[in-house]
Amino acid sequence: MFADRHIGPSADEIQHMLRVVGHESLDALVDAAIPAAIRLRRPLALPAPRPEPALLADLKAMMARNKITKSFLGRGYYGCFLPPVLQRNILENPGWYTAYTPYQPEISQGRLEALLNFQTMVTDLTGLEIANASLLDEATAAAEAMMMCHRLETKGRNTFVVAPDCHPQTIAVVQTRAEPLGINIVLGKELTPDTFGILVQYPATDGAIYDYSAFCTEAHKHLALVVVATDLLALTLLKPPGEFGADIAVGSTQRFGLPLGYGGPHAAFFATRDAYKRQMPGRLIGVSKDAQGRPALRLALQTREQHIRREKATSNICTAQVLPAVIAAMYAVWHGPDGLKRIAERIHQFACRIGSDTGLPFFDTVRVGDRIIALDETTTEEDLRALGVNISDTDVSSPIPATLRRTTPFLTAPVFHRYHTEHEMLRYLRRLEAKDLSLTTSMIPLGSCTMKLNATAEMMPVTWPEVGQLHPFVPVRNAAGYHEMFRQLETWLAEITGFAAIALQPNAGSQGEYTGLLVIRAYHRRRGQGHRNICLIPVSAHGTNPASATMAGMKVVPVACDAAGNIDLTDLRAKAGQHAHDLAALMVTYPSTHGVFEETITEVCRIVHDHGGQVYLDGANLNALVGLARPGDFGADVCHLNLHKTFCIPHGGGGPGMGPIGVAEHLVDFLPGHPVVNLGGEDPIGPVAAAPYGNASVLPIAWMYIALMGAAGLKRASQVAILNANYIARRLDPYFPVLYKGPGGLVAHECIVDCRQFKDVQVEDIAKRLMDYGFHAPTMSWPVPGTLMIEPTESESKAELDRFCDAMIAIHTEIQTTPAILKNAPHTAAVVAADQWDRPYSREQAAYPAPWLRDHKYWPPVGRVDNVYGDRHLVCTCGPVA
Amino acid sequence: MNIPNNLKYTKSHEWVRVEGDTAVVGITDHAQHELTDIVYVEPPALDSAVEAGKECAVVESVKAASDIYAPVSGDVVAVNEQLGNAPELVNKDPYGQGWLFKVKLRDPGQVDELLSAQEYAAHIGA
Repeated sequence: MFADRHIGPSADEIQHMLRVVGHESLDALVDAAIPAAIRLRRPLALPAPRPEPALLADLKAMMARNKITKSFLGRGYYGCFLPPVLQRNILENPGWYTAYTPYQPEISQGRLEALLNFQTMVTDLTGLEIANASLLDEATAAAEAMMMCHRLETKGRNTFVVAPDCHPQTIAVVQTRAEPLGINIVLGKELTPDTFGILVQYPATDGAIYDYSAFCTEAHKHLALVVVATDLLALTLLKPPGEFGADIAVGSTQRFGLPLGYGGPHAAFFATRDAYKRQMPGRLIGVSKDAQGRPALRLALQTREQHIRREKATSNICTAQVLPAVIAAMYAVWHGPDGLKRIAERIHQFACRIGSDTGLPFFDTVRVGDRIIALDETTTEEDLRALGVNISDTDVSSPIPATLRRTTPFLTAPVFHRYHTEHEMLRYLRRLEAKDLSLTTSMIPLGSCTMKLNATAEMMPVTWPEVGQLHPFVPVRNAAGYHEMFRQLETWLAEITGFAAIALQPNAGSQGEYTGLLVIRAYHRRRGQGHRNICLIPVSAHGTNPASATMAGMKVVPVACDAAGNIDLTDLRAKAGQHAHDLAALMVTYPSTHGVFEETITEVCRIVHDHGGQVYLDGANLNALVGLARPGDFGADVCHLNLHKTFCIPHGGGGPGMGPIGVAEHLVDFLPGHPVVNLGGEDPIGPVAAAPYGNASVLPIAWMYIALMGAAGLKRASQVAILNANYIARRLDPYFPVLYKGPGGLVAHECIVDCRQFKDVQVEDIAKRLMDYGFHAPTMSWPVPGTLMIEPTESESKAELDRFCDAMIAIHTEIQTTPAILKNAPHTAAVVAADQWDRPYSREQAAYPAPWLRDHKYWPPVGRVDNVYGDRHLVCTCGPVA
Repeated sequence: MNIPNNLKYTKSHEWVRVEGDTAVVGITDHAQHELTDIVYVEPPALDSAVEAGKECAVVESVKAASDIYAPVSGDVVAVNEQLGNAPELVNKDPYGQGWLFKVKLRDPGQVDELLSAQEYAAHIGA
């Protein structure tokens, strides 16, 4: 059975662990841990589980119904070739795709370097000074740019002008995002006195290229900011936006090697001027130094982000698109500037041989009659002839005038010149991968992040051509396989959550939150209650909650938690009563962010409903509920699902994710629509993502997981996740007290252990010392400062749990005997092998503190990274040619 | 903890030094210690009006962003330009070179309502 390979502990080990936590059976444990009132008392109605080969064959047959043809549709999605060396060694490689977001920089240097390459590539090609390490898609990047211009606006102006020749999905997403914030969108290219910013596309969606230099000068005279949506491949030939006056450039890097994937996942980029860097959304990689003074990379300027700034954050984005960004950066490393230019020129020449009716310069997209034809890296001479339009048989000179041609060099850093043979690239990728600690090394016990197994059979469909080579805007009949898979997955997820319908569009958890709140807002409006704008959020909530609520035009009112970490019902009643007239929603995470099944959850939902509000359930911890309780049954109206946590889509080092929402019957009408593909409710909110079905090509992972596990397997997974967490809690409690417990003295699927009782040692020191033992630290100082939140998931075996607990207990001894060993952690090979050694502990103690390290030692590539230095001396690109 | 006697304080850990009709504003030694290494200061805009008790600036460490509340109302007549390149001055010399901004007092009486050094010391339990 697949479930027995997905779930870590064997039946015997489960019995042993149950004895340790003091319960007879898994059922008895769960009966004690989860309030009886919310329990699901029947098996989930899901198909019986089937073995891997049978399901792979089924899915393959289903996906074969997608009609794969050459696409000339363009509009932000283009065919391209993923170099096989990148496909096998990044996209199909668990060393890359199972890594977590690089919050612990010492064990993340490989992907941090890849992302620094990404930022360098974007700044070079756009001609702007600083770029982030990816956003969700081009349309949301444009919406983020609008919000950034709005934050920078000091004169109270409120109109954002959008050029009508932007991609339709970009215009629609910008409109969705503007409306709740009261920003006025005007389609056109004319500045009005009220205009604070303007979005143009270069080249436009019909391929036409305009010279926006004078336009930018004019906008700047009005103190309006200019956002340019653009295409990195075109920019190898065209004058970059930064050189003609753009303040922000956004776009997609999809055509740098990423499969079309029926819409995603792809990495969007966002670049701006240095002066605006603190207003920029998304994660930013910066260069700092380690304890030995050597260069080391890290996430910089994190105070902009939602986990610190909450409702005042620059954006709600959390999970981004790291794995696609890594691939796009490596595509640029592989081809180098000359290779990229060759690809661009070949496409351009094909386009020139067709010619465009617009009479304007173009790059790869031309208008012929009422047809718009977009060419790409995969276009061949035969394709051109099969188009049925007049083409020239000989070369045609380019319509791009000298004033619009690129003259400045790009990708001059050595990394873009060193790895152009397959051996060199293979070794570069392997070197970076080896610097990082992924699930291929050890468990990653990150509380709230659910780093469970990403099974190979679940991953295999992602790189099937039937899944990858489909443009998101093909007629639905040509995507019959995808649509059948969507229908089944929606049915299964609705059954699991107890909701009436599922919307697959949101392409991250935070995006799901935002979508859910917009749906609630639309519901209140329909009922003539549009004034309801108060969103109650417990202080223990994930930072994305308040950030999403603000973006949805709601006002955040915090609700207190009591000493046990539960929502303070007295405070909730008071706040709900006080805001009864304006209450829109409560956002609540269940089980709570403190890792507890709160007994009062049904009461919490009732209070909110009694005061006219809707309950938004943050599904970040849904993996503790599947098969045991359903949000739709115990009072939630909307819930998002993190398919990248609960349903096995890998974290990819910080994305892609998927955050579909489930809604109760009364909210179905409002599910999001799309301007190009017909979907959504009867009275839909606007699209929240560029692609109609978000990151569609990773959905087969969740489909495979549910199909492989079946109802019994999924329920057992939730039970064992709870058992594993309680086993760890029981083993560590004597050393690191467990802070919050629920019914029966039990935790849910994770536990928070206290690290504040030591005089000279901080929680960060413990986290860094774990690296010397070959472990990734648990979630640090969230949701409670000075603590570690540990989530083992069901996929870790008892042996792995014991190894982790042994490491923590050994560190506890070191805190008493040798605190310096924690202060100096992590220890690199260079430090341990140095001629000089003047520390109050031995080298062996430093590097080999546990017996298993003799068998396999993971060496952190850098010492403790200096965060303060990095934020005070910000550098966000690779160095120039040496 | 250093709490100079000649300054006035707020419960939100700002200090005020009156120079003629102008108030110099910074954050206390206690505040800089709690915030740890300051990496960025976002001052109020020059010539903008600030209102007593309202947030008007931000001080950031690597791990936290803290709002600064105007202790008094008035127009901002100067901001400490040096902090742009050397935010660490707030840690090193919170009452001297680490000052944040200066406000032309709209109502000098507001200063009298602020905490004395003794009252602030009691507030932070020093």
